[in-house]
Amino acid sequence: MMLVERYQPAMLRVALMYVSTRAVAEDVVQDAWVGVLKGLDGFEGRSSLRTWIFRILVNTAKTRGQREARSIPFSSVWTADPDAEPSVESGRFLPPGHPASGRWAEPPVGWESTPEERLLSKETLAEVSRAIDALPPNQREVIRMHDVLGWPSADVRNALDISETNQRVLLHRARAKVRRALEGYLGAERERKA
Amino acid sequence: MNCIQLVELVTDYLEGSMPAEQRARFDEHIAGCDGCTTYLEQFRITIRLTGMLSEEQIAPDARETMLGVFRDWRTSP
Repeated sequence: MMLVERYQPAMLRVALMYVSTRAVAEDVVQDAWVGVLKGLDGFEGRSSLRTWIFRILVNTAKTRGQREARSIPFSSVWTADPDAEPSVESGRFLPPGHPASGRWAEPPVGWESTPEERLLSKETLAEVSRAIDALPPNQREVIRMHDVLGWPSADVRNALDISETNQRVLLHRARAKVRRALEGYLGAERERKA
Repeated sequence: MNCIQLVELVTDYLEGSMPAEQRARFDEHIAGCDGCTTYLEQFRITIRLTGMLSEEQIAPDARETMLGVFRDWRTSP
């Protein structure tokens, strides 16, 4: 009983990463618990119980999410080629052949001129949220677990069954894209004011 | 290390998962580069903003449903 109380809120948040509505997410969590109960006899204790429960949950939620065919743009799943998406557009650096090749040609403009209350406003957060929604699914799940829910890296890679390196790469790509979205958003706003 | 390399290493740097020698080179570059200093700062702000996204609150009725599942399970033969 305590186990349910303890994990339920976190499980629901994770389920909501994969399915579109709260009702379906609740359903997924329930199915996951059933899976946990069914599998309990076979649980060998090779991972912690918590890790094991969340793995079952993630798998249950993924399956349901796929069945729902929820807004996973086909292209975004298949553009995971690391070389195809640098953190910053290569055009913003001095090109090969230039004496200072690889240094900034167009460095980022600091956000100090944006007032704190603007930076932390609901509108800016909505932009962050939109940027995260637009990420490829694997990047989205890592940044949500790590940076939104605040899970330690070890918990994220255990729940998703990915390597430490892979987890860090996905997290970095996700953060880099959110930063780019913010840069575009705050920059456009600066220009409107100017 | 130049700027185009540094921007790919920021998460490694912030998560503390960087070999000491690479970290020293990262610090050295940052010390002399305004563009990368700004980039690092923006990355920190991005992480902070992401952490401010509201977490879903669990609805009481959902928890009740769950506890029901367990009750049924425990009382089933």
